[in-house]
Amino acid sequence: MSTSLKSFLLHVFVLCLLAVLYFVVSEYHSGNLARILVMAVYAMGYNVLFGYTGLLSLGHALFFASGMYGLGLSIEHLGLSAAPALVVGFISAFIVAAVIGFLALRTSGVAFMIVTLMFAQAGYLTILLAGKYTRGDEGFVIQQGDRVIAGIDLSQADNRYFAALLLFGVCFLFIAWLVQTRFGKTLVAIRENPERARMLGYDIQRHKLLAVIISGTLAGAAGAAYALLFGYAGATFSTVQYSIYPLLWVLLGGAGTTIGPLIGTVFMTYLIDISSEYTSAYMLIAGLALILLTLFAPHGFAGLIRKKLFSWLP
Amino acid sequence: MEFGPYLFIASLEGAITAAVLALTAVGLSIVFGIMRVVNVAHGEFFMLGAVIAWWITSLVGGHPAYGFVAALIIAPILVGILAIVCDHLVLRRINYDPERTIVATIGLLYVIQQTTLMTFGPEARPVEAPFNKRIALPWFEHTEQGFALTWPWGLSTTTYKLAVIGAAVFILILLWVLMTRTKFGLIMRATQLDSEMAQAHGIPVNRVYAMVFGLGAGLAALGAVLIVPIQQAHYLMGGDPLLLSFIVVIIGGLGSVVGTIVAALFIGMSDGIISVFFSPTLAKIIATLAVAFVLVFRPQGLFGKPER
Amino acid sequence: MATVTLLSAKGLSKNYAGLKAVSNVDFELPQGQVRALIGPNGAGKTTFVGMLSGRIESSEGSVVFDGRDITALPAHKRMAMGMAYTFQITSVFSNLSVHENVALAARRVINDGRAAVNECVARVLEKVNLTDRATQIAGDLSYGHQRLLEIGMGLAQSPRLFILDEPTQGLAESEIDDFIELIAELSQQTTILLIEHNMDVVMRTAHYITVLNFGEVLANGTPDDIRANEAVQAAYLGTK
Repeated sequence: MSTSLKSFLLHVFVLCLLAVLYFVVSEYHSGNLARILVMAVYAMGYNVLFGYTGLLSLGHALFFASGMYGLGLSIEHLGLSAAPALVVGFISAFIVAAVIGFLALRTSGVAFMIVTLMFAQAGYLTILLAGKYTRGDEGFVIQQGDRVIAGIDLSQADNRYFAALLLFGVCFLFIAWLVQTRFGKTLVAIRENPERARMLGYDIQRHKLLAVIISGTLAGAAGAAYALLFGYAGATFSTVQYSIYPLLWVLLGGAGTTIGPLIGTVFMTYLIDISSEYTSAYMLIAGLALILLTLFAPHGFAGLIRKKLFSWLP
Repeated sequence: MEFGPYLFIASLEGAITAAVLALTAVGLSIVFGIMRVVNVAHGEFFMLGAVIAWWITSLVGGHPAYGFVAALIIAPILVGILAIVCDHLVLRRINYDPERTIVATIGLLYVIQQTTLMTFGPEARPVEAPFNKRIALPWFEHTEQGFALTWPWGLSTTTYKLAVIGAAVFILILLWVLMTRTKFGLIMRATQLDSEMAQAHGIPVNRVYAMVFGLGAGLAALGAVLIVPIQQAHYLMGGDPLLLSFIVVIIGGLGSVVGTIVAALFIGMSDGIISVFFSPTLAKIIATLAVAFVLVFRPQGLFGKPER
Repeated sequence: MATVTLLSAKGLSKNYAGLKAVSNVDFELPQGQVRALIGPNGAGKTTFVGMLSGRIESSEGSVVFDGRDITALPAHKRMAMGMAYTFQITSVFSNLSVHENVALAARRVINDGRAAVNECVARVLEKVNLTDRATQIAGDLSYGHQRLLEIGMGLAQSPRLFILDEPTQGLAESEIDDFIELIAELSQQTTILLIEHNMDVVMRTAHYITVLNFGEVLANGTPDDIRANEAVQAAYLGTK
């Protein structure tokens, strides 16, 4: 069996498994899973930039929030219906990613991390400053009546789950395809050795910018979907913590693998969920995970699987 | 109050912010300058300083000054030791790789902050100042008889606030002496210039790094002990000092101590003034954007020299 | 045979903080030639070639490639015009397979699909004798094999101008003989600019030699001219 066929089957298998899971697990877990699928899209977007291109952003919450507020504000204040609002969410994230990418990519390494962190922080503060429209930290609820696309009520548990799965599936297959293309492989080359890639004649800046745009737009798609499916938009989602989460998920699951973001998001979300039943200091787990991963397992779960079991893992 | 006195009081508040900020940011700056490490957990060392100060003052009875003096000495040392442990257990093991260090110190940030939440709790707790006499401040006014000294209502500060400024200046002078006039300072600067060369000349670079990391954290804790009688101790209080220190260190030019102090004055004062006249949120937006744009368009900092 | 100039430089200079690494070099490279660039350490060879390839920005002067002024073009655009460059210190994608290393080079040039790329990679690996190592991780190769891989990556771009910065450095005697053969074969199809320390390699491969000293051109000539040139002997060959 060829590698690309194996890879294709793996992705389809994962999607089928997720579809079946809905009917198997309890309502509580399927609700959780819907949330995880949306967040996994966020993580996959992050992975395009961090895992494949080697650029570590500390400001992805800005892109997530751009999608979330692009949708939320246009429903709340412009009276748009869900479908066009979703498009507004995507476009907002796309534009913000393009602008931030253009500016931040003038730097590299540590400076890139700090610049993205600062832009995201400025974004968060701006959401607070515009509290009249965004209701700041408190956020606002998107009414059930506004969460209908083509007659499908997305606030219903089953519709919501399969809408989340649809978004996840599209992004999952898109990335599986993307990393096999010439463009995707060039991103890896840039991650591995930018100077060599440049001297092979690749336009590194253009590739990096496109990677930021793809990554940011996917993050924004997740943000918009989150607001739509769960009916809420709040400034919390634009805090530094929400920039750290995708980094954590991707590190845990395995950076630079297509399956890693999903694995990482599932594990971390449940870990935090379970520990938050016992203590309000649940972010302790996240902190410990970050340190332990950095020290002992920089390639995450999927990285380990790729190394020990299946070298073909995409 | 009229505009003049109002500006005066805002500047005074700004000067206090600037003084504490200078200590905290210099800590971040020497860690970056010598170790090339961006310590995202720096704000948590600040927070720990305040929390430990609360703990010590609540243990020591008698006049509040006893507890405060004890805190002033013990808190920075404890925090410094903790930082050395962190250096030992985490940073050294990843060879101070710049990007992995940031990820690891983000982890440290949460570990320290959340452990504090579990032990110290979510409340904000006050620490009593060792002395706190209110002093009214005079203002010059132009009247028909010429200039006159008036004492507008509300224009006042406390002896403690003034002492904070004095103490910060004193500590910075001590630090300057340490860096320029002692053997340890010489060793630090040698390590900063070329760590491999320093290693080759028998300087125990790993020990220097540990000391520097401890010193940086200790300075943040010291700043926190000074400010805690004005601000109260809280487990989330590390966020703002971290952000402001970042801003200061970047605008001052990464790793330049003098630039850091100048920038701390500038940022502390303008933060105080903008916060009083506009909204504190707007002040922070302007500051964060300033940092981002400085890094994008003038990476050597506003006060630094271009590398070539 | 009428000679067409492929690459030329006029008054090319590079200053580092007031220090002249290369000053006012005129240079002309006809199509099809194998040109060696020699000179003592610190003569500015790598800097000069860096300015030709766009890795290093020039302080003054101009570069013309294939009749077009490329002074202002960034490196990747120059490569896209048909240059290839191998680094003095081996630079491969050390976490990727040998096959992928060459494929990355080939993919930029070949647009018509995976099969064409694979075919090109196979051809190149054959030429540099790495076929049986195609699936190995590049970082695991021996130093000599990594150098060959780098040359392979250059070949895969089918360049019109192939710039090699000290390609034989660190190669064993037998590998050097293979390399000389490879250059001879390549010179049928492409123009080659070679920085080289090993005089044996230079004398056996180069049609024409440029000698740099202290950032300036000391001499130009055929291998025989250079061998006979007293200034060159004094500055560089000296050992004779």
